[in-house]
Formats: sequence, structure tokens, C-alpha cells
Amino acid sequence: MNGGPALERMTQGDALALYASGPWTARYAPDLEVLVGDIEKMNSQSKRVLIDVSKVAKLDTFGAWLIERLSRSLALTGAELRIAGLSANYSTLVDEVRRVKETPPPDREPVTVKATLERIGRSVAQIGDTLIGIIDMTGALLFALWTVVRHPTRFRLTSVVHHLEQVCWRAVPIVVLITFLIGCIIAQQGLFHFRRFGADVFVVDMLGVLVLREIGVLLVAIMVAGRSGSAYTAELGSMKMREEIDALRTMGFDPIEVLVLPRIIALVIGLPALTFLGAMAALYGGGLVAWLYGGVEPEAFLLRLRDAISIDHFMIGMVKAPFMAIVIGIVACVEGMLVRGSAESLGQHTTASVVKGIFFVIVMDGIFAIFFASIGK
Amino acid sequence: MANPPDDAIIRVRDLTVEFGGGKTRVLNGLNLDVKRGEVLGFVGPSGAGKSVLMRTIIGLVPRLAGDIEVFGVDLGSADSDARRAVERRWGILFQHGALFSSLSVRQNIQFPVREYLKVSERLLDEITIAKLGMVGLKPEVADRYPSELSGGMIKRVALARALALDPELVFLDEPTSGLDPIGAGDFDDLVMTLQRTLGLTVFMVTHDLDSLYTACDRIAVLGDGKVIAVGSIEEMRASQHPWLKSYFHGKRARAVVT
Ligand SMILES: Nc1ncnc2c1ncn2[C@@H]1O[C@H](COP(=O)(O)OP(=O)(O)OP(=O)(O)O)[C@@H](O)[C@H]1O
Ligand SMILES: [Mg+2]
Repeated sequence: MNGGPALERMTQGDALALYASGPWTARYAPDLEVLVGDIEKMNSQSKRVLIDVSKVAKLDTFGAWLIERLSRSLALTGAELRIAGLSANYSTLVDEVRRVKETPPPDREPVTVKATLERIGRSVAQIGDTLIGIIDMTGALLFALWTVVRHPTRFRLTSVVHHLEQVCWRAVPIVVLITFLIGCIIAQQGLFHFRRFGADVFVVDMLGVLVLREIGVLLVAIMVAGRSGSAYTAELGSMKMREEIDALRTMGFDPIEVLVLPRIIALVIGLPALTFLGAMAALYGGGLVAWLYGGVEPEAFLLRLRDAISIDHFMIGMVKAPFMAIVIGIVACVEGMLVRGSAESLGQHTTASVVKGIFFVIVMDGIFAIFFASIGK
Repeated sequence: MANPPDDAIIRVRDLTVEFGGGKTRVLNGLNLDVKRGEVLGFVGPSGAGKSVLMRTIIGLVPRLAGDIEVFGVDLGSADSDARRAVERRWGILFQHGALFSSLSVRQNIQFPVREYLKVSERLLDEITIAKLGMVGLKPEVADRYPSELSGGMIKRVALARALALDPELVFLDEPTSGLDPIGAGDFDDLVMTLQRTLGLTVFMVTHDLDSLYTACDRIAVLGDGKVIAVGSIEEMRASQHPWLKSYFHGKRARAVVT
């Protein structure tokens, strides 16, 4: 054969001789497997089998194992087996693989109706776990807060400032840009549709109420959940993976107090600030469009805005922000703490953090809407 | 296959490596030859740059100056096909294992094999168990995940993965650290068996004096960014260099020799 491995066979009465030659190495493993498989399938009835490996140019664990596998399957037929021509060097290798036990079947879970149902059940049960996790974390946080209030020296101001920079200051450009654009779009759409009724000027009402009450805070909270919630989960998760959190705990630090509290405080300060900036940017964008596209002069816009909205609208928006910050922060930290050893788990929990964060933000907004409606605001 | 005439499987010339834009120069004009079929032990104080040298040879750390040839291929100028051909022929054990955390032990070991060889699932599984056996692990470990292993087991699995394709050259960064003495001894035996049978070349960074005595053919010492001495263990012991003297004649060294 052209440089590849070969396994020739010769039968003589009840004796079978197999002559292996060429390189029996990993590189030729696919060919070797075929060669060995052919002999195994042949199902020889020979009483005596000789495997001659003296012509084997090179042997490694793949080759040694395949020779071993061959001799095992031949031994099963009850033949008397002899391996000839094994050099001293290679025989240590064959001895090494001879110790391999019959392989246990790898568990590859079959896809059954039962398994599918089980998975569905488990993921439903996990929703409960999330809620418990959140309540648990809230409790731990309140406790940490109480500790810090009693011992103000344990408050980590540097850490809070650091996270404030990350979640608030560095988020300003993107938050302002996106809310500005959304403001523009709302105004443009409003003008386009209201114009048909000659109600152009009500665009200002809509813009003011919508932005200050709902869109501003909701949009910013969703952006923060995507931006900072994921970062929190990834940071805490990778610390968890590398036993850093365990290390902290053994040094007598409370990870909640050291890691989680500063992050959540930073969010509680940062999110309202971003909400304010976002609302202003959206109003500015809307005003700009109203002027350039709708011909509403800035003075008219401002006058109308003053009539249309009251401080209540602004306050309602702002009041919601810290609560959303707490929800985003807690969900992100709970997910971070749930990360287990693998990179995959880190990815899953980071995704879950963002998805749940956004979900809870919207649920929260709905609850606030009902609440404010019932107190008549 | 193209190999340099004098059979140096790794050849490093005037290698300089810096970090932080020249703030720390870790390697400074380093020269080193690793011969085909030898086990080279690489020693040096902690932080001397042993891991950095290893990572530079395998192309993970960019170099400032110098030439590196592995299997006669200059990795700096090789195209991606040539690089891949070289990468198929070596196996690497990182200092911290570097197992893929989202794959099970079985999948970790099979990963390189699947990439390069078209073989049946059955053979893959058998080879996995064989490799696990060679590094002293039971088949039951195969379906665990790296986070469920002890430190020493991680080392062993990482070694099994490095050996998965039966490479010609292996880089081992502190393979025996984290192993119990018996396991470390078995490991040295395994390295010697593979060297004898497969003609394996081993580049081994180690602090383990036992390994140096039993498994290594030659020892190279790194100091001040250079190889300050290369030779057999006897030559190292006879050296008058102060660091070598305290290394090979210190309290721990005496305990090994006697
Ligand atoms: N990515 C990096 N950036 C900056 N400096 C680095 C980097 N990697 C390594 N170093 C520095 O290079 C030096 C050598 O590190 P290296 O990891 O090679 O040490 P070592 O000899 O392997 O030590 P040990 O025996 O403890 O493993 C150290 O001073 C380290 O701080
Ligand atoms: Mg190192």
C-alpha cells in the first residue's frame, strides 16, 4: 500500500495469520478502524490466531488500542491468540492500553415524551426558585444595609463611585442618544397622524405625558437592564466560577455587603439620574422635530408643554426609577450568584438576567400604572 | 517531514518578549534548542518567565524580536495551513489546565480528535477511556464536568487532552503540581513510557525535583530573561551558579537525593 497501514490475512486450515504493517498511528486511525472492523466482521472460525506486528513502522496509542481491540474480539470467538513481533518498546504501550476496561456506555439521554415533560415541569418550578431567590437576596440586602447603617465605616464608598461611573456616567451618551431619537420619532408620528384632524398641537401633550410618565423611565430601565444588569451578572458569575466569592466569605466578608450592596446603591442613584437625562433628551428631540417638521415654534412648544403637563407627571416617572433599579440590580445579582462552574452557565445566567430584568421592569411599570390610576393621579 | 538537520525540534534564537509597551522585559535574547525525542526540564524562579516562554513558542504571546522554529517551521511567518499542520503535531498542557468548562471530560478529550480525525463514536469513546487510564483516571470520570473535578484531576484530564492525538511534541507547564507524590511518580513514568514508545519530545516546565531527576534528559535554567545553564542533572548539580546551588543543594533537594 502507498505508505498507509495494512492488515493482511492468511488462512491455513484452522489457523489464521494477520500481518500488520505500515504506520499504525492516529493520523491513519480512520483507515485502521476499517481494517480492524473488517476482520471483526469476518467472524473467523479459526482455532488459532497469530497477529504479527513486526512490520509495523510506527505505533501509537490509537494503533495499540486497535490491535488490542482486534485481539479482544478474536479472543471472544474462543481462538487461541498469539501476538508476535512486538518490540519491547511497543509492548509497554500495548500493556498500557490493555488495562483499559470495556467501555461503559456513555449516557446519552434519549429524547422521550417523559423527559420533555420533565424538562417543562422543571422550568416551571424554576420560576418559583427565581422568586425565592429574589426574596432571599432582598432580605440579605436589607440585612447588609442595616449592618452598614450601624457601622458606617463599613460602607464602601469607593466601590459605589466606581460602579456609578460604570452604570451611569458611561451610559450617558447611549441613553441620551436613544431617548433623543425616540422623542423625535414620537413627535414625528404624532404630527403625521394628528395633522389629519388639525390637532397638531396636541402632539406636545402626548409627548410630554408619554415621555415623562412612561417612555422615559421604561426605556432607560430596559437599556440599563441590558447594559448594566448583564455586566453585574457576568462580573459576579465569573467571580463565583473562580471561587473568588468563596474566598471573600472565608476572609470574613459578606459578599452581599461587599459586592452586591455597592452595585445596587449605584444603580439606585444612577437609574433616576439617567431617567431624568433621558426624559430631557426625549423632550428636546420631540421639540426639535415639532419645530422643524411641524412648524411649532419653540416658545409655543414650551408654553403648550407647561399647560399640558404638571409636576405630577414628572414625579410619577421619577418615583418609578429607583424601584426599577432595585429590581434590575437584584435580579442581576441573584443570577450572578447562581452561576455554576462552566462558561456556558455564565452565558445562560447573563441572558436570564437581562430577560428577567426587562420582564420585571415591565411588570413593575404595570403595577405602578394601576396604583397611580387608583389614587387618581 | 522537514526537520532541521541537527534534529532540534524547537529552536529559539535571540528571543525578546516585553509586556506593557516595554515596561517589563521578561525574556531578553533567549536561545534554546530542544532535541527530538528528549525530555527537557525547564526550571527557574517563580515569575522568571517560564510560562511566558512556553506561550511565546506556541504563538500565544507576541514577540518583540527573535526567531522561533518548531518542526522547522517559523511560526512567525507561517501561513495558517502550515500553522495548523504544526498544531496538529503538538499537545499542550497549560499551567491551570484550561479545560473547556462547558464540555464534559469526555468531550474535552475528544474535542481535538473530532477536529482532525474522522473516526467512529465507538473508537472515540474507547480512546478517551484509554487516555484517561493512561493518566490514572477511572472511566467514571468521563461524564463529569471540569467544575466537578479536583485540582489534580483537572491536571490529569488536561494532560489526557494534550495527548489525545498522540502528538510528537508536548508542552507541559507544571504537570505535577497539584498531584500527590504517587500520582506525580506515575506521571513521570508515563512521560518516560511515551518518550520511549512514541519518541515523544517533551518540553516540561516544572518545580518538581523528583521529575527532574527521574524523567528529564536535560535541564535548562531560566534567569534574567535568558537560559543561564543547560545540561544533565549532574552538570546542574556541579554548577557553581548561586541560584542553581541553592536549588539543587537546598533542603528539599537533599531530601530527594538521599
Ligand atoms: N500578560 C502579561 N502582562 C504583563 N506581565 C506579564 C504577563 N504575563 C506574564 N507577565 C509577567 O511575566 C513574568 C513571568 O511570568 P511567568 O508566568 O512566565 O512566570 P513563571 O516563570 O511561569 O512563574 P511560575 O513558576 O510561578 O509559574 C512575571 O513577572 C509576570 O508578572
Ligand atoms: Mg508559570
